[in-house]
Amino acid sequence: MRFVFKTSYDADISLFKHRAQAVWYALLLLLVLATPLYFVAIGDAYLLGEITGMLILAIAGMALMLLTGHTGLPSLGHATFMAFGCYLNINLLGAGLPWLIAFPLSGLIAGALGTMIALPVLRLHGVYLALATLAMSILTSDFVVIAEPWTGGIAGAAVPDINIFGMEINRYSTPYKFYYLVLAVAILIVWFYRNLLRTPTGRSFTAIRDSEISARAMGINLTRTKATSFFLSATTAGLAGALFGHSAGYVTNETFDLVMSITLLLMIVIGGLGFIHGAFFGAIVVGIIPVAIANGRTFLSTTFDVNINVPGLESALFAFILVCFILFEPMGLYGRWLKIRTYFELFPFYRKDMFKRQKSYLKTDRVQ
Amino acid sequence: MDFLQLIISGLANGCVYGLIALGFVLIYKATEAVNFAQGDFMMLGAFVCIGFTNHEYMGLNFWLAVPLSILVMGALGYLFNWGILRHMFGQSQTSIVILTIAMGFIIRFFAGATWSHEPTSLETPFAGQEVRSGGLVLGIDEVLIVVVTAILTLVFFLFFSRTRIGLAMQAASQNQLAAYYMGIPVRRVHSLVWGLSGMVAAVAGILFASKGAIDPSTGLLGIKAFAAAAIGGFGSLPGALLGGLIIGLVEPLASRYGPPGVSQIAPYAILLLILIFRPGGIFSQTLSKKV
Repeated sequence: MRFVFKTSYDADISLFKHRAQAVWYALLLLLVLATPLYFVAIGDAYLLGEITGMLILAIAGMALMLLTGHTGLPSLGHATFMAFGCYLNINLLGAGLPWLIAFPLSGLIAGALGTMIALPVLRLHGVYLALATLAMSILTSDFVVIAEPWTGGIAGAAVPDINIFGMEINRYSTPYKFYYLVLAVAILIVWFYRNLLRTPTGRSFTAIRDSEISARAMGINLTRTKATSFFLSATTAGLAGALFGHSAGYVTNETFDLVMSITLLLMIVIGGLGFIHGAFFGAIVVGIIPVAIANGRTFLSTTFDVNINVPGLESALFAFILVCFILFEPMGLYGRWLKIRTYFELFPFYRKDMFKRQKSYLKTDRVQ
Repeated sequence: MDFLQLIISGLANGCVYGLIALGFVLIYKATEAVNFAQGDFMMLGAFVCIGFTNHEYMGLNFWLAVPLSILVMGALGYLFNWGILRHMFGQSQTSIVILTIAMGFIIRFFAGATWSHEPTSLETPFAGQEVRSGGLVLGIDEVLIVVVTAILTLVFFLFFSRTRIGLAMQAASQNQLAAYYMGIPVRRVHSLVWGLSGMVAAVAGILFASKGAIDPSTGLLGIKAFAAAAIGGFGSLPGALLGGLIIGLVEPLASRYGPPGVSQIAPYAILLLILIFRPGGIFSQTLSKKV
């Protein structure tokens, strides 16, 4: 059991609770920095590409986590903001801007556009936001087709390579450089995110999530704070979309569809709503499941001569896992880990209902 | 005449949207939960009826299969609440939204695996029959859809305003805890509402499948119905129907007279416009909470 004695008020918002935690995160950083070494040693960078893909998903997951996990606003349309980011990035690069300017700019413009779209709905109840973003997500593909001069429409658009001061980065020809680039973006965003949560703005997000009425009673401007959260979230999603474009190499009107938006939502629920770690855990699960299904299929067909080739099995399995998580572990994988850790930290004083959430009985906001 | 024909088929489509929306609204009104899987319930209802009726499956008599599949869907709705959603009682609305979306995926997979991914249509005794009046040629299926929808709406309106259990449902919707204190068995009421909405979904599905072919991804139509519910004002039964009719009418008209690509966008564009300018829907019932 560890006792953390706080000797100043700043200790409450310090980045790490105690030194051991800082050491663990430093080790984790070393691990992710050293990962490519392994692939250099085996001389096959295919799996590194998959890991890079997971990191990009995790960035998109963090975007949605900020909005849904920390501000409590469900969004079913984050793939749309990714599409904004991706196509803006392509066009800005095509206009001759250097990547280092085009990339952040495409995120910021995506954020601004997203906020403009969502602003009217932000005043409403959460379900309406889910609905409006759902509609947006369905329309994305149509709009990509309509905006053909910029997006290439159904034929799709090729994403140019990244060029940083003369250094060419491409997913396939230089996978290691691409990995480090994505990692750098991910770490910067985590750092920003973590710091944001320690500021009054970040705390007002959480306040809104827990109770809009009490947040308002404490003098938080609901609409402005929600808009801020939405802007930051859409910006991050735009950045993730731009990176996703670089990773895919070629994007069409079907790349950023509703399934992608729902996958993002699924990711953060499985990972753990309301924890930055959750975005990463979720991305790992979402990245592993298709591989596991493919391997399982091969195993079944080679060993038992059973061929399972049912279309839609993958998304159904995703959905089933999601249902199980919501029913049995609403706090997600990270929540499960927290429980296990607390059990050992407090041993033998852990109580069963320590993480039990207070139930809130619904009252209508309709006039009857 | 052409224009009128377009209107009538639009109305028939709109009625199906309206019926799905009716299912949403029923659940939303009574349990304050939003069922994103309602479209998939509709699809499942259609497939259950196809499974009973079509000759390559069970080949039952159509008039026997219809009440049977409505009952099956009602039971499924009841069980869905009893087995899964009841355990979410008192949890945040976001998780319920996510849960129902996931259920939609599972239902789509189940229907595809059990029946087929091919578009199938229901074998009805009145398929292909027409009603002629003046220069107008109407499919009897289209007329039937409009009539059944009108009857159902009236029945539900009376049910919610006149019967004891309808009032109990309204009370449970307004304040779960207070209704519970007043002796209303809130959980059972919720299950009943889910059963009811499963039945409505079955009716919508049967009507839809008798008019045209249906495949598992038709469930995504639910999103249009969802737009319909929001246009009409969530929680208003006539509003849901009106919203459905608006969307049903706009679609064929936009594809006929508008530039290409507009007809897919139009329903959602209307939804976004309504949400921006009249956030509560046409029959607005929202009330913002004051500090």
